[in-house]
Amino acid sequence: MIRNFAWRSARGVVALLVILLLALVPVYSGATGEPYFMTLFLRIMIFALAALSLAFILGYGGMVSFGHALYLGVGAYSVGILSFHGITAGWMHLATACVVSALVAVLTGLVCLRTSGMAFIMITLAFAQMFFFLMVSLRFYGGDDGLTIGRRSDFGAWLDIRDTRQFYYAVFALLMVSLYFGALFVHSRFGMVLRGCKLNERRMSALGYPTLRYRLVAYVVSAVVCGVAGVLLANLSRFASPEFMSWSRSGDLILMVVLGGVNSLLGSVVGALVFMSLEEVLARWIDHPMLVLGPAIVIVVLTLKQGLYGSLIKREARRQP
Amino acid sequence: MSWSLQFVQLLNGIQLGLLLFLLGAGLTLVLGIMNFVNLTHGSLYMVGAYFAASLYNWSGSFLVVLAAVPATLVFGMLLERICLITLYRRDHLDQVLATFGLILFLDELVRAIWGPAPQFMVVPPMLSGTIGLFGIPYPAYRFLIICVGLAVALAVYLIIHKTRVGMLIRAGANNRDMVGALGVNIGRLNSIVFGFGAALAGLAGVMAGPILAIQPGMGAPILILTLVVIVVGGIGSIQGAFYAALIIGVVDTVGRTALPLMLRQLIEPSLAQAAGPPIASMLIYILMAVVLAFRPQGLFPVRH
Amino acid sequence: MTAPLLSIRGLVKHFGGLLAIDGLDLSVAAGEIHAIIGPNGAGKSTLIGEISGELSPDAGVIEFAGADIAHEPVYRRALRGLARSYQITQIFQEFSVIENVAMAVQAHAGHSFRFLRPTATQRALTAPALQILERVDLARRADHPVATLGHGEQRQLELAMALAGEPKLLLLDEPTAGMSQHESEGIVSLLAALKGQCAMLLVEHDMDAVFALADRITVMLAGRPLVTGSAAQIRADAAVRSAYLGDPDEGI
Repeated sequence: MIRNFAWRSARGVVALLVILLLALVPVYSGATGEPYFMTLFLRIMIFALAALSLAFILGYGGMVSFGHALYLGVGAYSVGILSFHGITAGWMHLATACVVSALVAVLTGLVCLRTSGMAFIMITLAFAQMFFFLMVSLRFYGGDDGLTIGRRSDFGAWLDIRDTRQFYYAVFALLMVSLYFGALFVHSRFGMVLRGCKLNERRMSALGYPTLRYRLVAYVVSAVVCGVAGVLLANLSRFASPEFMSWSRSGDLILMVVLGGVNSLLGSVVGALVFMSLEEVLARWIDHPMLVLGPAIVIVVLTLKQGLYGSLIKREARRQP
Repeated sequence: MSWSLQFVQLLNGIQLGLLLFLLGAGLTLVLGIMNFVNLTHGSLYMVGAYFAASLYNWSGSFLVVLAAVPATLVFGMLLERICLITLYRRDHLDQVLATFGLILFLDELVRAIWGPAPQFMVVPPMLSGTIGLFGIPYPAYRFLIICVGLAVALAVYLIIHKTRVGMLIRAGANNRDMVGALGVNIGRLNSIVFGFGAALAGLAGVMAGPILAIQPGMGAPILILTLVVIVVGGIGSIQGAFYAALIIGVVDTVGRTALPLMLRQLIEPSLAQAAGPPIASMLIYILMAVVLAFRPQGLFPVRH
Repeated sequence: MTAPLLSIRGLVKHFGGLLAIDGLDLSVAAGEIHAIIGPNGAGKSTLIGEISGELSPDAGVIEFAGADIAHEPVYRRALRGLARSYQITQIFQEFSVIENVAMAVQAHAGHSFRFLRPTATQRALTAPALQILERVDLARRADHPVATLGHGEQRQLELAMALAGEPKLLLLDEPTAGMSQHESEGIVSLLAALKGQCAMLLVEHDMDAVFALADRITVMLAGRPLVTGSAAQIRADAAVRSAYLGDPDEGI
């Protein structure tokens, strides 16, 4: 599949540049002695992973989840709460995040996925809000102020993520692996069923597919990946807070996916890159960055129907016979 | 818990429910008839509260404050004409994103104009006392909100069921395309529906101003509550919005006081004190999940 | 006498105050082509919806291949061998022609919880799909996006998807809808070639197609069957003529 990718087209060049950029940030950071860039791009990659998980169900499954940040919170608090009780083993953190994310996804998915498209958006938003309020009112685990995390997750001798460089490359590797497997999923039998459900669910049922089952599994997979992103986020900031699950955070994730292009997974990485870089840059120059960023992004999203990266894909597809 | 305290909490729940109905009635129609996921509805509520606070601080008179309602209506219509009208033909994803961007923009705009600190508005002096209901004292202002809410609910019912416009609205909720095909000016109907929603949202903001915090971003939490109301009631159904709003308002308010007390009977006090608030905060969402598990289309779905 | 493949007894369906189907009995034998005709509003589409599972009956029995399917979900009925084609084409607009048919083939090829191999390389899916496309004469368009197909070709694809699972019974909801004379004849000859292999319940307004294909015809009126018989019997029936076929002097 990597062989079949159109590396020589405009879209291929952009893909290559993005991967190279991400791979070389620590080199640049090391050369200039400025760890700031590594931290910034670590954050971007973590959100790119979260956006990637959303792109799978949103772009390919047509499930507009306005509550995906919920799973960022689940992952973050897996680290936070376990650390609070003295459990610092990284594998425990990851395992807990995956199991809890899957459990929450199954329970909420069974409710959400049987409703209409419009209701789905609102119900996912409501469930995320529920967990937001839950963590705010759990004063024992920090409540509104959040939970500080003493040390980063302990992965034993072979990986020490307290070293930002090691952390960076671990996340980079994880992102690349996720992109690869994500692309495989999309073209596999499962992926085709998911895409079919987005295009015409009525026909899928009539063909003999129990559509709820497949959409639920996709939703759960997406939630687990986002939960992992949450673990990484908590480790980056050594902090877990209800803010991770706020509705605007969920909205940002959708924005990143659509900005990059709903019709591809790498698009969500591009979207995360562009959105978060812009946010960072604008915050330094303008007092009220949202006054510019808000309308700007909305206009881009509405005019470039396929997103920034997605438009390149569309252009290339049109060139082929 | 004493009966009088329970009674007061019940009334508070009804008051919250009626506020949610004011917001929900307009939004459910916008969702149901115009098929438009309008997340800026909460921002209209915020704008109503800010207009009210500013008018009060400028004039000192509560009669002038009432002008905030038509002002919000005008603001809403301008917002619709300038930004939202292009979104009607788009799919839900685009609508969600665009209105999300608008919320962020409006929150920032409000922050830029009024500053990040909360604005304050006081309850009108002649309503700052209590009145006696069945011998129990209840804040007069909150009672006013209940009365206004019920009056509006009655007015909405009469409009929807007894007027021609109301009939068109009901028909539109039932079958949007057919109404258009029958030669009704859909654009004008949409504007009426939207304006109706904006005015009610503004009214809710004006009335809530003195008792809730007026600050940037106040629209979102109430919007999400409203969405829960609409989903539980059934998208497009005003009747559903009414009952769901009352149920949710009461469950949320009464639950927050009753639940910790009930828990204290069952488990040890300190644990009840810690577990009570978190569970209470989740009550209405659990209620939503339970309703949707049995009736995914809501309690009073509009049958197409 | 063998049991019919599809047996409907006492079917009733209300939509609010409207009685769409009012006590309907119907049967289809294996390999038989049974046509349903009737004026608009007679309940034909509702009947198809009831059999396919998109609508649930208020009363009545629906038996298919020996099983009571009246309360089974749509997908389960499809897996039993009940396929359907739609009056308004329901295909996957963003897929290619062969991807559409492969999707239909895949439904009967075990579960789809397979995450790694691309479907485009799976011969178990593409070979049968190509075979079906050849039967409907669309094989040369296999890799083309669906959007490049004309209306008639899309209806052919629609049919191809219904055939993919080697169904026992095909529910055909106006298969020639919106087609030219030439295209209709193509569909009719295709369906005629399937005679005996696959039972069909055919809802049609095109009388040429009906009389060319049907072994039995049921005329529906106001939610009930008016009369059932062979083509010759229906043509001759006076009640049918007056209720549906119009002026008895009009040559049929």
